[in-house]
Amino acid sequence: MKFTLSWLKEHLETDEALDAILDKLTLIGLEVEEVFDPAAALAPFVVGEVIAAEKHPGADKLTLCQVETGKGVVQVVCGAPNARKGLKGVFAPPGAYVPGIDLELKPAKIRGQESHGMLLSERELEISDEHDGIIELPADSVVGSAAAPALGLDDPVVEIAITPNRPDCLGVRGIARDLAAAGIGKLKDDTLKAVEGAFGNPVEVGLKFSGEAKSACPAFAGRLVRGVKNGPSPDWLQRRLRAIGLRPINALADITNYIAYDRGRPLHVYDAGKLKGGVHARLGQEGEEFLALDGETYKVDEEMCVIADDSGVLGLGGVIGGEDTGCGNDTVNVFIESAFFDPIRTAATGRKLNIVSDARFRFERGVDPAFVVPGMELATRLILDICGGEASKVTLAGEPPEANRIIEFNTSQVQRLTGLEMAQVEIKMILTALGFWMSGRGPGYKVSVPSWRPDVSQGADLVEEVIRIVGVDAVEAVPMPRGQGVARPVLTTGQKRVRLARRTLAGLGMVEAVTWSFIARDAAKAFGGGGDALELANPISADLSSMRPSLLPGLVSAAARNQARGFSDVALFEVGQAYRGAEPQDQFIAAAGVRSGSAKASGAGRHWSGAAEPADMFDAKADALGVLDALGFGSKVQTERGAPEWYHPGKSGAFQLGPKTVLAHFGELHPRVLEQLGLEGPICGFEVFLDALPEPRRASRTKPALQSSDLQIVRRDFAFLVDDAAAAGDVIRAAKGAEKELISDVTLFDVFTGTGVPEGKKSLAIEVTLTPRDKTLTDAQIEEVAAGVVAAVAKATGGELRG
Amino acid sequence: MTSSKFEQLERELLDAVAAAGDLVSLDDVRVAALGKKGRVSELMKGLGALPPEERKDFGQAVNGLKERVSEALTRRKGALREAELAARLSTEQADITLPPRARALSEGRVHPVSQVMDEITEIFADMGFAIAEGPDIETDYHNFTALNIPPEHPARQEIDTFYFNEQEDGSRAVLRTHTSPVQIRTMLQTKPPLRIIAPGRVYRIDSDKTHTPMFHQVEGLVIDEETHFGHLKWVLESFCKAFFEVDHVKMRFRASHFPFTEPSMEVDIGYAEVGDEVRIGEGDQWMEVLGCGMVHPNVLRQVGYDPEKVQGFAFGMGIDRIAMLKYGMPDLRDFFAADLRWLRHYGFGVLDVPTLARGMSP
Repeated sequence: MKFTLSWLKEHLETDEALDAILDKLTLIGLEVEEVFDPAAALAPFVVGEVIAAEKHPGADKLTLCQVETGKGVVQVVCGAPNARKGLKGVFAPPGAYVPGIDLELKPAKIRGQESHGMLLSERELEISDEHDGIIELPADSVVGSAAAPALGLDDPVVEIAITPNRPDCLGVRGIARDLAAAGIGKLKDDTLKAVEGAFGNPVEVGLKFSGEAKSACPAFAGRLVRGVKNGPSPDWLQRRLRAIGLRPINALADITNYIAYDRGRPLHVYDAGKLKGGVHARLGQEGEEFLALDGETYKVDEEMCVIADDSGVLGLGGVIGGEDTGCGNDTVNVFIESAFFDPIRTAATGRKLNIVSDARFRFERGVDPAFVVPGMELATRLILDICGGEASKVTLAGEPPEANRIIEFNTSQVQRLTGLEMAQVEIKMILTALGFWMSGRGPGYKVSVPSWRPDVSQGADLVEEVIRIVGVDAVEAVPMPRGQGVARPVLTTGQKRVRLARRTLAGLGMVEAVTWSFIARDAAKAFGGGGDALELANPISADLSSMRPSLLPGLVSAAARNQARGFSDVALFEVGQAYRGAEPQDQFIAAAGVRSGSAKASGAGRHWSGAAEPADMFDAKADALGVLDALGFGSKVQTERGAPEWYHPGKSGAFQLGPKTVLAHFGELHPRVLEQLGLEGPICGFEVFLDALPEPRRASRTKPALQSSDLQIVRRDFAFLVDDAAAAGDVIRAAKGAEKELISDVTLFDVFTGTGVPEGKKSLAIEVTLTPRDKTLTDAQIEEVAAGVVAAVAKATGGELRG
Repeated sequence: MTSSKFEQLERELLDAVAAAGDLVSLDDVRVAALGKKGRVSELMKGLGALPPEERKDFGQAVNGLKERVSEALTRRKGALREAELAARLSTEQADITLPPRARALSEGRVHPVSQVMDEITEIFADMGFAIAEGPDIETDYHNFTALNIPPEHPARQEIDTFYFNEQEDGSRAVLRTHTSPVQIRTMLQTKPPLRIIAPGRVYRIDSDKTHTPMFHQVEGLVIDEETHFGHLKWVLESFCKAFFEVDHVKMRFRASHFPFTEPSMEVDIGYAEVGDEVRIGEGDQWMEVLGCGMVHPNVLRQVGYDPEKVQGFAFGMGIDRIAMLKYGMPDLRDFFAADLRWLRHYGFGVLDVPTLARGMSP
């Protein structure tokens, strides 16, 4: 919503400075978005008078002007045909920047004659396209004074954001009323007077609805003004419209636009000579269409409220008028429409046809239903003043919707909701200034809501009115009551796990990324997603259209982008949500990461102490296990095959609790998937499903006593020959299980194939640690355990002790 | 043997000890003096040949000599060892400027959004707020209708919502446009009193320097029988002081409109720009940081609360935005680009865990 300061002052009597007005607007909820002071751009220019003019001796079309600038007389060479003695114009001194020619002026010699500055045309000032001559200012302009006031361009333009609940402030008068209530001046009396109709309205006005559709247009007022003379509207009106960015059209059209902005009341004018029969509002019919004022032809449907005559649809009620019946310079008889259109239907029509208009903007937010006829009277008055003519009586079809709402309001609610203690009289003063009417003795009142405030319907709304005018500065900050003692912990198990997983992965040298929740559909499909239910209907781009089924595609793409920038050793992770379906329970939290190049936890890239090896699936496995370990599940999981298809089929696995609960996947990613995501592989990754971890059993905080003894521990190495396909994990588990009392640890320290190892076999070497409990182990005991280890491994894997 | 001879022998032996240049020759000196056939040991052998009255004095003199020579040997041995070690170590000079491999702990980074969420959590936990969560894919009811935004409300048109395709029953899920639906979910599940914050991802169709189609918000909600705007003001001031780590903070409450609060306010925070730095609590510029208000009676009714009995406030704040303000990132889009250079530069160390005792920032 835009307006100028002088326009505001037509409704508001105030001496406050512009800045004070702007600050107040912002505080009371009419947020100032922009202030444009046209005078600022015109600051270098002053009123100059040509005190002598003679022909340039060397050029026919040039004039030598002696210009009084207020700071002395200078010579200016001027090419304008209207340059003459006595003319007062806009003088640009040397050093001034002239926007229309994009030039900073310097003293110059033109055909041998000195020229110290310029007399400007409107185009050179960029205030219009006019360039037939230099500007001629009114004779009473003061020489040497700033040019802006003389040009009538010293009226600051203010643009404010209007929240959807305040249709009343889509008119300047509404803004003035708010400011007056907030102590910025006094709202001027409304001078609106009805115009006596000189004759009966010959244009029949009707509402043709049935049943519930009546709400589409409950009231329609019409009146004819005959014998008008249309044409350009007067300067003051054109200037105001131009200042707020509207293009003047002709007086009749300009008047309706003016009232839309002055009062928030959209109107429409028809050239009565082009109407066929009476005018009525009704619902559209399938197949109907009309040519609108914006030059487009619109098809209407049975949900839309149209204005029609005997020939068919003329326009869309509250949205846009028709071209065929619009007013032009030849209009003699004008028919004025002032109606009330249903906000919801108007909004739906505008949305469906994608028409944005000042009328729609106002009707869909709710115009003042009580202003249907007064708006008509205001329009009539302006038309008579500007275009002359004679007005008919007003015809009103239907009734505007009842706007008289009464709220039972106890002023104690102000304190209850805001904490601010206010006198009843103070509250009453504010509400009254805003147009509310309060009756009763207090603190309980009956409050009548003004017709222009559709947003106010209950006590809390009135509290808002009071507090926004008083300002929250008046409210004292009050500490919230605290619980006794130290603040209690608040995080849930899941929230703690997310935080711990994040810091653990960062501690493993990975860098946390936050990537989009939506990805390209193809990428989603490659990771088991991409279903219709998770596809956005209106994505911002095709690359961001599918809710991600996994965090990995986003991370792999991020790694690819870093790779393209020359960073090939990338260790990225993310802890965040992904989606199996569109229901709340389908959303899950994962901690996922990728490592490319040689980005290992022990360091990346070349180094004088030895270059890092490529990161591989065991790095991903270690990362996943690191997270599970931090969360207390590291020693509880078993490693299984069966990672999903976006992993390398041979170099991937899963951590599980039992046969069903998958806690994590890890491995090298499938080369096909990497190609699709534009990454030069290999890359390894993992995903830990934090929601899949069971709630910890509520155990005691006391840790079990440490079992340690000072007796000598014993370490024995074994090398087994097993089939290539045998799992090292099985060997370790078998060895561990061979003697549960004494064997405290088994580590695998060598995997070997090649010389000395038969084809199809591999050698696995383990170190078994025996920890005696109460007395030192004898050789016989040690041998017994060793034999048990060999037997257990043989039984579990068929492995033989290597000779 | 005369005492002068003793003295001469002692001098000779001590000179030999002092002259020994290494441990081997020192041992030779020891053997020559104190060994079985050493000169001191030989002296002792002459003891028996002395008359009894001289034996005591002679014995004492020899023992004294032996002790002093031993002592000199021990001292010399210590000095020689020390010298030998120093000589060896002086040949073992490493190039201490060779760079070691970086440790994982110093390479890892936590994203600024995570860090700021931890900070927010820490501060609000102290004020008794629990953390609530809700899904990103929301029903129209939770995201709009229950929040007093009926289908025809103009506010719906002004929010650029991501929609999913219409279901057979005509319903249509949305990506939540704000964290406010968590208010509804929480209130539907919990009876008052309650104090929660709900941080999380939100989505709007928007993209420029300060807008991305996905960003982060934190919702706050307090419902009980007496919480009013003064409490809201205190909570927000307390938060801003703790978060921005300043003693004073200037806040400006502007009246505004949100369908789910009444009265509604937008809150600006005062700052000064000094070079590239934004200083909170100084200067006279304003930056919008959050929207807030008293929970609308219609919303309370929606969740089965009685607005005559309970009341409270809600607020919503941009997490990325306050992160940018505090830590100086100029462009929101970079938050989600996963550029290693940016993440390393603006990310936080693993052990930079914000706590009230330590303070919020490292």
